[in-house]
Amino acid sequence: MASKVIHAIYNDDDLLLQAVKQVREARYHIGEIYTPMPVHGLDKAMGLAPTRLAITSFLYGVVGFAVAVAMMDFIMIEDWPQDIGGKPSFSFIENMPAFVPIMFELTVFFAAHLMVITFYMRSKLWPFKEAENPDLRTTDDMFLMEIDAANHNVDELTKFLYDTGAAEIKLIDNK
Amino acid sequence: MIVGAIGLVIGFLQAPSNLDDVREMMAAEEHHGEASHSEEGEANFAEAEHGMLLDDEPGRNAEAEHAEEAGAHDTEHLEHKLHQLQNKPWAAIYVAAFFFFMISLGVLAFYALQYASQAGWSPVLFRVMEAISAYIVPGGIIMFVLLALSGFHMNHLFVWMDPEVVAHDEIIQNKTAYLNVPFFLIRAAIFLAGWFLFRHFLVRNSRRLDEATDNYYFKKNFKLAAGFLVFFLISESIMSWDWIMSLDPHWFSTLFGWYVFSSMFVSGITVIALVSIYLKSRGYLPFVNNSHIHDLAKYMFGISIFWTYLWFSQFMLIWYSNIPEEVVYFISRIENYGLPFFGMVVLNFLFPLLVLMNSDYKRVNWFVVMTGIVILIGHYLDVFNMVMPATVGESWFIGIPEISAVLFFGGLFTFVVFSALTKAPLLAKRNPFIKESEHFHY
Repeated sequence: MASKVIHAIYNDDDLLLQAVKQVREARYHIGEIYTPMPVHGLDKAMGLAPTRLAITSFLYGVVGFAVAVAMMDFIMIEDWPQDIGGKPSFSFIENMPAFVPIMFELTVFFAAHLMVITFYMRSKLWPFKEAENPDLRTTDDMFLMEIDAANHNVDELTKFLYDTGAAEIKLIDNK
Repeated sequence: MIVGAIGLVIGFLQAPSNLDDVREMMAAEEHHGEASHSEEGEANFAEAEHGMLLDDEPGRNAEAEHAEEAGAHDTEHLEHKLHQLQNKPWAAIYVAAFFFFMISLGVLAFYALQYASQAGWSPVLFRVMEAISAYIVPGGIIMFVLLALSGFHMNHLFVWMDPEVVAHDEIIQNKTAYLNVPFFLIRAAIFLAGWFLFRHFLVRNSRRLDEATDNYYFKKNFKLAAGFLVFFLISESIMSWDWIMSLDPHWFSTLFGWYVFSSMFVSGITVIALVSIYLKSRGYLPFVNNSHIHDLAKYMFGISIFWTYLWFSQFMLIWYSNIPEEVVYFISRIENYGLPFFGMVVLNFLFPLLVLMNSDYKRVNWFVVMTGIVILIGHYLDVFNMVMPATVGESWFIGIPEISAVLFFGGLFTFVVFSALTKAPLLAKRNPFIKESEHFHY
């Protein structure tokens, strides 16, 4: 963790987006941004790598689909053959239409739940975790940008941030 | 700016005239095909006689069991086959005419939806949508002429229009209060007139908005679009029963209107995307960025899945319950139309699902174009599957009449759409959301 950071607080998301662009252009390093709601395009403006969550979600969906196929095949065809819809063919492929809703549901179920769990693990969240929120107002209506100030002139940086439209600028020195 | 608009118009007059030549060639081909229809009709007789020889084989099999009935059955079967073959060119024209008509109707619904929801992303595409919906007038008139020709027994697409059939069919007799030729044509005329009028006023207001100083016409269009959507959903539903479901007068499905709607909606959006990409590649739509294409592709993806959902809901309930009078619809399709029936599901569902799933691919023009073409082929097949089994039965084949009918109506469609595009500047410049739409970025 950077030992010396500046917290710049903005009260508008458009202002924040502009400020992010200016700060990056001036080659300052943004540690983290806390916002009360998702800001569209913030990840691109910050230069974060695109998320790979979608890929994991697709893979989980494929797993869910496979589980559904195997499960329905075992339950309805192999273990206890069922007469489905008055068509006692006892073959998986001929009874497949009846299993489509289950396949669909399990695909969605696996993709959604495992994706959320992946997201929690990746962002190091778990139940009863203490919030890492530096300023409570970012859960209400304020946007907080944390800038690494260790190797910069603090006064200059403060002036610069003030010009980008920050409503409040605080120096945090973690000795 | 005005000079730019005039330049666009002139540029446009050139683009379609080139295309037009190509299309005219195709149209000529169709006329050729049309001429060969009559020959084909005669050839059908020959074929029918020829078929007599071939048909002897199953005939003989039948002979073993029903020695006496076989002869009568054979000629009956041949006559049946002959009717089917005579229906074939009509059905081919009907499928193609309906397919292109449904595209422009779907686009009109999409256009009205943008107004009713006051969407901010789409106004840059309004002129494209207006142009595509222009085909609704010629296409609708052609549809009406085709239906009227059926009504006057020029062809036998609709079995319930044949009084002889009705006389021997109790189920159709019970439906005659609804299914009779005059009422049928009156309904068609009301719906078509309603769509024409709504389109006329929506487009006229949109043009007037360009010159207006306030948003009066925008508000007017908002109300008009909301009214149109109500009228459209009811009329479209009844239209799909009349024009398509009544081809199988014994069979019915309560979600058929939605099913046809999803098909027309996705084909319409696909055509919007294709036309926009084409115009952009020619430099006529500099204000359309890849976020707009992305949004259209999202719609293509979403509505394709919606179509599958409805298709499957209809199929699974009927398949599961296995009630003879319902399931016969799918049995005839699966047994005689296996390839188009299942091929269409692959084209309309699996292909767009896998190709358009990735968010970045929806911005790549050639991906969207390729998927769009596949979706259009798939939905042509969808209409084909709805119409053909009831009209030509197992004697289906995608041959000269089908392809030339598609080319003919495709050519007419392209001609009408592109000449409509030349009639107005391509940017609805006074729309209150146009600025938001131009800056639309996701």
